[in-house]
Formats: sequence, C-alpha cells, structure tokens
Amino acid sequence: MTLAVVPENPRLPVSADPRDRGGPMQPMLLVEDLKKHFPIKGSLFSPSRAVVKAVDGVSFEVAKGETLGIVGESGCGKSTTARLLMHLIQPDAGTIVFDGDPVGVVRGIPVDELQRNMQMVFQDSYASLNPRLPIADSIAFGPKSHGLPKSEARERARDLLGMVGLNPRLFAERYPHELSGGQRQRVNIARALAMHPRLVILDESVSALDKSVEAQVLNLLVSLKDRLSLTYLFISHDLNVVQYVSDRVMVMYLGRVAEIGPVERLYEAPQHPYTRALLSSRPSMDPRRRVSVPPLSGDPPNPVNPPSGCRFRTRCPLAEAVCAEIEPPLAALPAFPAHKVACHAVAAASGHSGTAVPV
Amino acid sequence: MAVPHPRPDPAADAGPAAAAATAPFVSVRDLTVRFVSRDADVKVINGVSFDVLKGEVLCLLGESGSGKSVTMRTLIRLLPPTARLGGTVTIDGIDVLGLPRNDLKRLRGSLAAMIFQEPMTALDPVFTIGQQIGEALVEQKGMSWADARARALQLLELVQIPSARRRLDNYPHELSGGLRQRAMIALALSLSPKLLLADEPTTALDATVQIQVLLLLRELQKELGMATVFVTHDLGVAAEIADRIGVMYAGRLVELGAVAEIMDAPRHPYTEGLMRSTVHAGMRGKVLDAIPGAPPDLADLPPGCAFAPRCRSVREHCLAVEPAAETVGPGRIVRCLRHGDDPAYAASAPLAIG
Repeated sequence: MTLAVVPENPRLPVSADPRDRGGPMQPMLLVEDLKKHFPIKGSLFSPSRAVVKAVDGVSFEVAKGETLGIVGESGCGKSTTARLLMHLIQPDAGTIVFDGDPVGVVRGIPVDELQRNMQMVFQDSYASLNPRLPIADSIAFGPKSHGLPKSEARERARDLLGMVGLNPRLFAERYPHELSGGQRQRVNIARALAMHPRLVILDESVSALDKSVEAQVLNLLVSLKDRLSLTYLFISHDLNVVQYVSDRVMVMYLGRVAEIGPVERLYEAPQHPYTRALLSSRPSMDPRRRVSVPPLSGDPPNPVNPPSGCRFRTRCPLAEAVCAEIEPPLAALPAFPAHKVACHAVAAASGHSGTAVPV
Repeated sequence: MAVPHPRPDPAADAGPAAAAATAPFVSVRDLTVRFVSRDADVKVINGVSFDVLKGEVLCLLGESGSGKSVTMRTLIRLLPPTARLGGTVTIDGIDVLGLPRNDLKRLRGSLAAMIFQEPMTALDPVFTIGQQIGEALVEQKGMSWADARARALQLLELVQIPSARRRLDNYPHELSGGLRQRAMIALALSLSPKLLLADEPTTALDATVQIQVLLLLRELQKELGMATVFVTHDLGVAAEIADRIGVMYAGRLVELGAVAEIMDAPRHPYTEGLMRSTVHAGMRGKVLDAIPGAPPDLADLPPGCAFAPRCRSVREHCLAVEPAAETVGPGRIVRCLRHGDDPAYAASAPLAIG
C-alpha cells in the first residue's frame, strides 16, 4: 500500500511497535477452547433448562499484522466469539492470550487493558453512537475517560476524523443523524482507533452499507491497517468481502470451527463439505451460468440441541454412521499444516469411507 | 390528489411493433411520488416508466433511498397517506392510480401479491401459518375452512416446506428464517396472483438459504407464469433471477435492459461504478474502484443529473441539464447525456469529481 509508514527496519515491521511484547513470532491473539453456553430459563411449569451452546470449544490464533476472517451463518457463534474476546460477555471456559499475556488471570493482563488494546466496530452504525453527542465528542470519550486531558482528546478526535476521510472542520460538531450510513461507519472506525488499539474486531462492519459505499469503507480499512500496523478480526457473512480482506479464514458452524486456513487455499481447495456448500451458494454473477441446484437444503439447525457427533451431519452429503457417533477433531492436513479441517471424510483412519480425498 | 396528467397510449409508446397481443401486463408511465408533510415535500420518484411482460422477471436494482421499493409499492398503492402520486400505472388493463380506495382489495392478493423482506414482521404472530393462508382463501374466494386448509397444505407443499402438514399448525416464531420466508411465499401465492412483487425477499437470509429461496422463486415463477417485479440491492441476486434489470438512482430509472446486456456492458456511469466496486473473487490486494461520495438527499436534489457529483464522466453540461431517457438499443434505455446526441455535452468542459 502506498500509505504505509516505512519502519526503520523493513524486515521487522511489527516489532517496531514499542507496545510489542512477545516478538514477531508470538501470535497477537491465542484462543484456546473458548466456550459460552447460554441457559434458557424454564418456566414455572417446565423447570428443565435447555442450554444454547453458542460457542463450544473454539480454538484459533491470530498472527500479528494479519486479518483473520470469520464466516458462517446466523447462529454459528461468530458474533458471540467476538463479544467473548472483548469480554463484553464472560466466557464460561477457555483461555485468551493477548500477545503472550493471558487475559484476566494473576500476572496476565487485566481485562480493561485488553479492551484498550482491542476495539470493536459493530454492524449498526447508528445504534452504536450516542445520538446526543457530536461525533467528535463520541470519538474523544474513550481517551478522556482513560485520563487524557479534554483538549488533547478533542485534538486526537479531530486527527482521527481526518484519517478516516471526514474533514474535521465540517464534521466534528455534527450529530450522528446528520451523517449518511457510510460516514457514520467511518466515525465508528475513528472511535475504535481512538484508544490506539492493536487489534480491531470488525463485526459485520460493512454489511449494512450500500455497495458503492461498502467499497469505500473497505479501501479505508485496508489502508488504515497498513498505516497503523493493525491486526484485524473480520467477521462477515459475505464470502466475497471476506476473501478480499482476509489473510486467513475461519469457517464456523453451530459453535464449532469447521475449517480454518489461508484464504487462497480455503477458497480454491475447500475440504469441509460445509465450506464447499457455503462457497457454491454464492450467486454466480453471470446470468448465463446460473446456479441450478441449491448446494444445501434446509436451514442451520437450532443451536439448542445440536446434532450428536459432527454437527453438520444432518445436512451433509457425505454423512456416515461414524459422523453421528464421534465429533470430528479439528486436525491439520498432513500436506498443508496451516489448513485445518474438522471432518471425518477428510481425516485418515477416522472410520469414514472417505469419499473426499484431500488435494 | 394526483396531478392531472394526459394519459399516453402505452401501445403507441412502446412502438407499433408491440401490438395488442404482446401488450405489457404492467405498464408504468411517468410515475412520480412525493411525500408531503407540513414541513417537507420530498420527491421520491421523479418520472419512472417501464413495462413488465407476462411471465417476465424485472429486477429493480438500487441503493437505499433510490426509490426501488416505493416504485414497487405504488403498483398496489401500498403507500402511506402522505404520498402524492402522479403518472399512470396500469396492471392487466386496470388503472391502478384511478382506482377508488375501496376497490384496492380487488387488486391486492388476487391480481398482485407481495413478498416482504422480513417475514417475521409481515406474518401475524398470533395466528398459525394454516390460519393465515386459510383466511385469505375464505375471505376472498369464499371457500369453506376445511377446503381452505386443504389448499393451504397444497401451497406449503408447492413451496417445498418439509412435513407441511405439521407446519400448518405452527406459529411464525416456531419456524426457521428460511421456512418463514417460504410460508410467506405460499401466502402470497394463495390467491393465484398474476403479478408477484418481491421486496428484497432473500436479503435477511443466510447464504445457503438465500440460494434455495431464489431457486424456488425462479421455479415457481416459471411454472405459474407470473409477471414478477423483484427489488434488490444485490447485483448477484439480480443476475440469478432477472430477465431484465432496471437500475434506479435518486428516484429515476437510469438504465433499463436485458440482464446479460447490462452485466456485460453497462452504459450508465452509475451502473458501471456499481459493477466495478462490487467485491468479487480475484480482487485481493487491489484497491477497490469505489464510487466517491454518497447518494444525494432526495429533499434537496441537485439540478441537472442527480449522479453528476459522483460521476467520472461528468461535464459542465451535466450540472445544468437533466438527461432524458435515450433508447440506445432494442429495449435498452439509458438516462445519461454521454449517450445522447446532444452537442452541448461534447462541447462542455470535463469536470473533476470530488
């Protein structure tokens, strides 16, 4: 990118950051066996409680300076994962390690410091801004409450507005309702950057925007990432957008990771039957080669009572007896260690007759 | 309410070749819609004309605020009382805008039915699916409840709802998003409409469900031979379902033509920009060629072409003159001065956008 700030030593771009603690090889984020189960309250007459296993044993890592895309359908747990990472809701189990420091434990980093280093941009640009605050005040709010003097916080807010492409002289004193959707989302991005975070979670941040504006905001996100050496966690249901921004992609299904791998590999040689179905569900963009058979039938099942064994087996064309009995572990492909799949049909000696041969 | 307007003869408008046999099923001419309140007069639709033939799918494509949904709702006059309509809308020979309010019942449901984006808000939460479909049949067709239930079952099977008999007694909240949308399609089809109006029916659905519903709609539309107007903001969806596409911007139809022609060779700078900026495979690492700026405020439209402030081919002339609809090929209409033979465009100075 042309906007990149050239560090002194181009071979070590990330460790030029004074906040870097673990060194370039230490993942920015290491998530191990993250779980969140929401109990559904029974009524007076049926006290039996059901549990929604929204996130059920999710492990992944995000390297410094990369963009990890998370895709999946509604109810797959992608947004819950984001909220758990931010500690907007408390995880039931699992560990989160931020740049080598475990979060929320003795000798680790406390949650409020994590939240300073990790910021989030939401889907609904209007609901996430205070309608009674001029946007510059909204952006300055975080730094101010963390002890920055008021004038400096406002100065920073104006700089950030300029950085996201909104002229501070024209926009600083406006209220959220006076801006268009794309402009409001730029404000939300500026506010997320106000704490100088190292990791930004973008939860469907461009999904509500019009196509012509979406492209502008995507360009902005890509250039900001280079300029500020950010790491992104990019959550979206739009597979084309995820392909555009991500270095690696994680596919989730009903609270579990189905597949994770480098973006080119995952889009060219998807291994999990769900990933394949998801990719071929994309409209063809060519009226002469229309999709003729739906790749999957039915909706994603209810996460309250997920199927036994592999959760995808009820919609899977390759399902066999073993899939109902044993939950497939997320295992690396022997030929591509960076590409991990949770599917019996792909794993060797899983008991599945193995119609899908790893490429 | 409506401004008096000379009614053009649709056959004369479409040219002598389009005689009575292929007369369009829906014909919209110079449609204008204003929303008037005490302190505002917003021109939402500014002269839209198009036809829909029997058995044809016309996609209205546009961003939020482009007027695509309002145009569609005008076809069955599903607009708030502040709306002021002008122009003509004819469906199967019926003058829709001239119809007395009490006669709209004749139009809605049996002649033209609509599918909405959010089935959870469009369906009544306190009645079962079977009751809601049955009610339409009992009220409008005079069926007995037993017959209506049998017909409702057929309809649920038609839209491929699994274990349809059980689903008849389900409430909307008991169904998944995809099934709910199918139930709404069944409800829309219950009175065998000749015109189906679909307002972003797959936008709220997951990718794997969206393609199922799109394929179902395409199948049903072919099978039942319905004329269909389909509103979407998604080029990919339009490419999957449309026969023709009408691109809307700021309350005007800026480009109209067959789907393959528009996708292959867009003529309006807005359509071009939309295609260029839509993210698809193989764009990794490239800077997206976005359209600058934002859609205009309809309450304060600029003079001349509404797209001029964002347009790459803008010239001084565009700021002064509003482009008329030019026919640039068979069934191909573009509203852009670049395509007219107006010497003033060629002569005026190119402007830099921003």
